Amino acid sequence: MSTEAAGQTTGQPTGPGTAQASGPGTETSQMTAAMAMNSALACAMEADGRVIVLGEDVADPIGGVFKITKGLSTRFGTRRVRATPIAEQAIVGTSIGLAMAGYRPVAEIMFFDFVTIASDQLVNHAAKLRYMSGGISSVPITVRTTVGGARFGAQHAQSLEAWFMHTPGLKVVMPATPLDAKGLLASCIADDDPCLFIEHMNLNYKAKQDVPVGDFRIPLGRANVVETGDDVTLITYGPMLEPTLKAREELAGRGVGAEVIDLRTLMPLDLPTVLASVARTRRAAVIHEATQFCGPGAEISSQLHERLWHELRAPVLRLGAEYTPVPFAASLNGQPDTAKIVDAVAALVEGSPA
Amino acid sequence: MESLEVPDADACERMYRSMATITVADARVRTEAKAGRLRAACYPVHGLEAVCGALGEVLRDGDQLVSTYRNLADAVAIGVPLRSVIAEMYGRVDGTSKGKGGPMHLHDEQAGLMGTTGIVGSGLPIAVGIALGAQLDGSDRVVVATFGDGATSIGAYHEAINLAALWKLPMLFLCQNNQWGEHTPLAEYAAETDLAKRAASYGVRASAVDGFDAVATWRELRAALEHARSGAGPAFVEAHTYRLAGHTSTADYSYVPAAELAAAMERDPSPTWRKRLVAEGWVDERTLARVDDEAQELVEDAFAFAAASPEPEPEQLYTDVFADASWRVGA
Repeated sequence: MSTEAAGQTTGQPTGPGTAQASGPGTETSQMTAAMAMNSALACAMEADGRVIVLGEDVADPIGGVFKITKGLSTRFGTRRVRATPIAEQAIVGTSIGLAMAGYRPVAEIMFFDFVTIASDQLVNHAAKLRYMSGGISSVPITVRTTVGGARFGAQHAQSLEAWFMHTPGLKVVMPATPLDAKGLLASCIADDDPCLFIEHMNLNYKAKQDVPVGDFRIPLGRANVVETGDDVTLITYGPMLEPTLKAREELAGRGVGAEVIDLRTLMPLDLPTVLASVARTRRAAVIHEATQFCGPGAEISSQLHERLWHELRAPVLRLGAEYTPVPFAASLNGQPDTAKIVDAVAALVEGSPA
Repeated sequence: MESLEVPDADACERMYRSMATITVADARVRTEAKAGRLRAACYPVHGLEAVCGALGEVLRDGDQLVSTYRNLADAVAIGVPLRSVIAEMYGRVDGTSKGKGGPMHLHDEQAGLMGTTGIVGSGLPIAVGIALGAQLDGSDRVVVATFGDGATSIGAYHEAINLAALWKLPMLFLCQNNQWGEHTPLAEYAAETDLAKRAASYGVRASAVDGFDAVATWRELRAALEHARSGAGPAFVEAHTYRLAGHTSTADYSYVPAAELAAAMERDPSPTWRKRLVAEGWVDERTLARVDDEAQELVEDAFAFAAASPEPEPEQLYTDVFADASWRVGA
């Protein structure tokens, strides 16, 4: 795995993926993440007749409850964009079978919580068929799902990515920007392994960014060093990138220089990029919306301690959600935010030897 | 009754060959497991010989099958070489999955065996996807999913049959009803025990057949496959059989009502078919004796082949996790 991403230091979270755009003069357009993912799906379907989209309500006129597949059934037909019953096991199982028959299905599971219903297919079958078949079978499916719906309560808002990082054979991807959303989704669809692609409701419609209109990919397994700094490395992904970048600005005002890494892909995890950064800054914090206890940060923290024990100036800090179901009332927010990040990271840096 | 079509002499012999092979191989697997020489969870298929003998006869080249952990007879039916089946049971490199799957995960795409799952009912949604692939390809191949009566209780079954019916997929749901869901009889886990009747409510062609009667099963499976191949949508066949051995090769079987088991054993499919072939004059005794010998030889050869096949090299632990064999976690 390459560490070339560590050299990227742009203000805009772009990273090595920009190098993948198809040549000079590439046409771009201002897109939200939702538009960018729709564009990734359209490009993949245009380029490859084997790409099939399926899931609840994915066909027009609804075009998916989050509108990510809007217009695709009108453009490519309901043969390739298939609305399904409310049957998550069938959606993912059918995708696995389609993949074994030579297609490249992209399944939509409306909410991340509902992936639990399909988890037999994802965990016991998609993740293991290559291994259990001695390498004969390949399951190139992409399962898209959405997280972040705190206003729906505890069954529509869980960040379960650690479960799937813990399942050998699955790739787990979570974009933080419109550009990454397009480039990473395109890479998942093209990938020969099963990919779980996690979209976040708060990112889908908010910010716009210049995104290539045509085929554009960001490689899986490469983290993005979004900002550089010398005192501490802030490792994050998905919805926590923005508050982490804001925290970095505030920390700069307190004389703390923070490097920010967006992991982009949780599995394969780009440890070389993380290790290279932390070996230099000698302090690290892992920040995510998932429950802190046994969350992705636990593994990353452990890897850093095991590999950089003698380099670290302070124990690796973890900032994740409190150990509770996701609460409904806004006053009960147990997730990290900019203020919590600033306080915890400032204490980490100021409380450790220079 | 005999005006109904019967298989020709060659087909009768092929069916018997398949059934005799299943009988001998299954008995040998149970012997080896009980003796502790085969250290694997193996699920006997005794009682499924006629269903699978008939299935093998009516499948066409290119048809595909998704099976379960009780899969030996299915694997023989679709033509997976017995050598690679037995080698997989022993975890050897020449097994269907290079020894990485084991007896619950026989896998031979070339033969049409697209997978065998250890999770009850879970193969059905996958078979739906393979059948959708066949439909999108414009192919006339049919995808068969085999499962026991127990699988009709699980959600994946209902999701799969509904979706297959909705999309009119070229699929055969073949319920190998052996009357037992693990150690619980059908009537104790379902209020409606007529599984074909339940299946019909999904809008598929549904029928039931005596799965101990090789000719009747041959006829019914042929009609069901023809229906599925025609584009009219999926078919469901409930083959009434009986589990003539324990749930696993080594499981206690004393709870099965003795009279019920004895009655079923009276109709043990392979010997019953053999007697009928002679009685009807469809295949002569000399030919059948030769087939018996050849089945014994085939099974002996497969076990010898498995014993001689090497175990996977330790490095094989790490391959086939992802497409990129060089990738290691934490590297």
